[in-house]
Amino acid sequence: MTGAPARPVRHLLSIDDLGADGIDEVMRLTDAFVEVSRRSIPKVPALRGKTVASLFFEDSTRTRLSFETAAKRLSADTMSFSVSTSSVRKGESLRDTALTIEAMGVDCIVVRHRSSGAPHRVASWVDAAVVNAGDGWHEHPTQALLDCYTIRERLGSLAGRRVLIVGDVKHSRVARSDIAAFTALGADVTLVAPPTLLPPTLEGWPVSVSHDLDAVAPDADVIYLLRIQQERMTEALVPSLREYTARYGLTVRRAARLRDDALVMHPGPMNRGVEIAPEVADLPRSAIIDQVRNGVAVRMAVLYLLLGAGSDKVLTADDVMEAAVGESR
Amino acid sequence: MSTVAIKGGRVLDASGARAADVLVDDGRIVAVGADLAGDRVLDAGGCVVAPGLVDLHAHLRQPGNEEAETVETGSRGAALGGFTAVVAMPNTTPAVDGAAAVREVQDLGRTALCEVFPAAAITVGRAGERLTPMAELAELGVRIFTDDGSGVQDGRLMRRAMEYAVGLPWPVVLAEHCEDAALAAGGHLHEGVWSAKLGIAGQPAEAEELMVMRDLALARLTGSRVHLQHLSTAGSVAMVRAARASGVAVTCEATPHHLALTHAECASFDPVFKVNPPLRTDDDVAAVRAGLADGTIDAIATDHAPHTAQDKEQPFDEAPPGMLGLETALAVACSESGLPLERVLALLSWQPARIAGIEDSHGGPVQAGRPANLCVIDPAATWTVDPARSASRSRNSPWAGRTLTGRVRHTLLAGEPVVVDGEAQR
Repeated sequence: MTGAPARPVRHLLSIDDLGADGIDEVMRLTDAFVEVSRRSIPKVPALRGKTVASLFFEDSTRTRLSFETAAKRLSADTMSFSVSTSSVRKGESLRDTALTIEAMGVDCIVVRHRSSGAPHRVASWVDAAVVNAGDGWHEHPTQALLDCYTIRERLGSLAGRRVLIVGDVKHSRVARSDIAAFTALGADVTLVAPPTLLPPTLEGWPVSVSHDLDAVAPDADVIYLLRIQQERMTEALVPSLREYTARYGLTVRRAARLRDDALVMHPGPMNRGVEIAPEVADLPRSAIIDQVRNGVAVRMAVLYLLLGAGSDKVLTADDVMEAAVGESR
Repeated sequence: MSTVAIKGGRVLDASGARAADVLVDDGRIVAVGADLAGDRVLDAGGCVVAPGLVDLHAHLRQPGNEEAETVETGSRGAALGGFTAVVAMPNTTPAVDGAAAVREVQDLGRTALCEVFPAAAITVGRAGERLTPMAELAELGVRIFTDDGSGVQDGRLMRRAMEYAVGLPWPVVLAEHCEDAALAAGGHLHEGVWSAKLGIAGQPAEAEELMVMRDLALARLTGSRVHLQHLSTAGSVAMVRAARASGVAVTCEATPHHLALTHAECASFDPVFKVNPPLRTDDDVAAVRAGLADGTIDAIATDHAPHTAQDKEQPFDEAPPGMLGLETALAVACSESGLPLERVLALLSWQPARIAGIEDSHGGPVQAGRPANLCVIDPAATWTVDPARSASRSRNSPWAGRTLTGRVRHTLLAGEPVVVDGEAQR
């Protein structure tokens, strides 16, 4: 999970597709696009003539808007397909859906699906670049990239940083991508959750585990809270939300014992009062709004990496500054 | 009727091997010996002439899912794979749980390229609530009862089925798909490192093992025979080994895929590797092989489970479980089991024939007077699996693109050469 990608990145399905050098490259490209985003007209012609289709089999307003905004700021044409799971179940296969959309002439398909691996299947059938916008419990690589960017922005670097990922790791695509990305960049990751909300085995995972948030929180540089879903209660994974909050929620009392410079992060949408106290989400140490803002620039970087300037070439940040910034001057 | 001479091969059956020609006339073997002549000659040079293979476990999908397979297409694949007898699983639509459904599959089998023996469900509709009319169905010829696709969850009902079976005048056996439904619920692959990494809910090995444990206990309690289907875990194999040593009347089978493939195959998210029970760990594969080698496992059974491309071109968790197996079983067993051919044939022919209660017509010795259900195998032939060339209506072979050693050259069904030089004759 470290080192440069062995070949030019064709799809972004998993953080492992990038490796540490690939993540760094996305970070550098993001710096350029953050600069673009600050302009009065935050738009560059870098992907003019390219078409980006978002294919969402699961509702996700924020991720879809973030990708579509990113594509538009790169001057790509965008198409959006929202497919309700029920209608697909009755009708065509995933392959037929993917081929139908590709036939409309798209260069990139951004896929969100409730099933782990669905973007990998799509990538095996189409010539277009595929970006995983979240698949089941598996990965959400652009979320991890924007999380890395946000941590670097606030703390300088991830190397040696102690990151706690707290909550429902078992069912979290964000956690799987974050673990891969944070550890690739040298962070020291600890998962904090009851055993029922951890994967069935962590063999081979470069993480530590704690079942005691109070014991590990005071030393942490980053507290990354995951959303706990109500349905986990009915699966007997935790007895009640109240008990979950008491043991694993970032309450005001717990937040007061964090280090002064510790960051609080959350992928959204938050359950205020459950995994995070309402007051804590709004503290200066909270980077939650930064995460959303950085999402657009990170997704611009990813689309540019996959589609910009001929994707047979590994781009550098200098290339993109020249291509993106230069053209728009 | 014209005679067929199978010439130049080495005859191999339960009694051993010897160089001999085999002469077939009117559905039976009429002579085994040197320099036999027939109206038609099938070349067996370099080959082994063996009793036809017997599959205890195939899903032929008819009635109800003829898009995926029919008795005809499944039997053609079976013949190409060297099988002369196939036990058809009853999880069709509707389920084979009554006399009419048994007769329908038997009728479809009359024109098939292998003999088709319908298994019947243990419970009506495979719903796990009421017993099927086992005596009536056994009288029609059913010898294997199973709710395959799921296990009988209610231990009391399974006990009653076993007790009832003991009292029947036919040698029937209850076959169980061992899976504790609650523990396996929602799982799409083996629960372990790959399910954790891929973010897909897994089925723990214990979901299988708990029902193996229960059924061994019930067999001991009732004195019934029990046959455990497609064992996939080291724990299951160990429990069967111990139970048999203590006198429980248990037999069991393993599939070609469970003796060769692991859950690491699922890393591509390709549902062609989704199967139930799921592909397990290296240790489980080693235990299945050891069980085959030491006789704990009695049979290799395909669990041939065709699914249409449409059904498999879905995400992993939405695709149905199952893989093709009839055309590749022998070659996989020869290539991957590490066992000599005579052991492979015992596991694929005469041992399953006895479990299915069809040893009078299949899997018996190659000698004059016996029904001419035979296969001729070139053990040295290598071939690359191309699902597009499969006889099945489906293409979901996990062996696609793999090169295997051991190939069926000819298959004779009741004396009729249904496969000649690797080609189906009808």
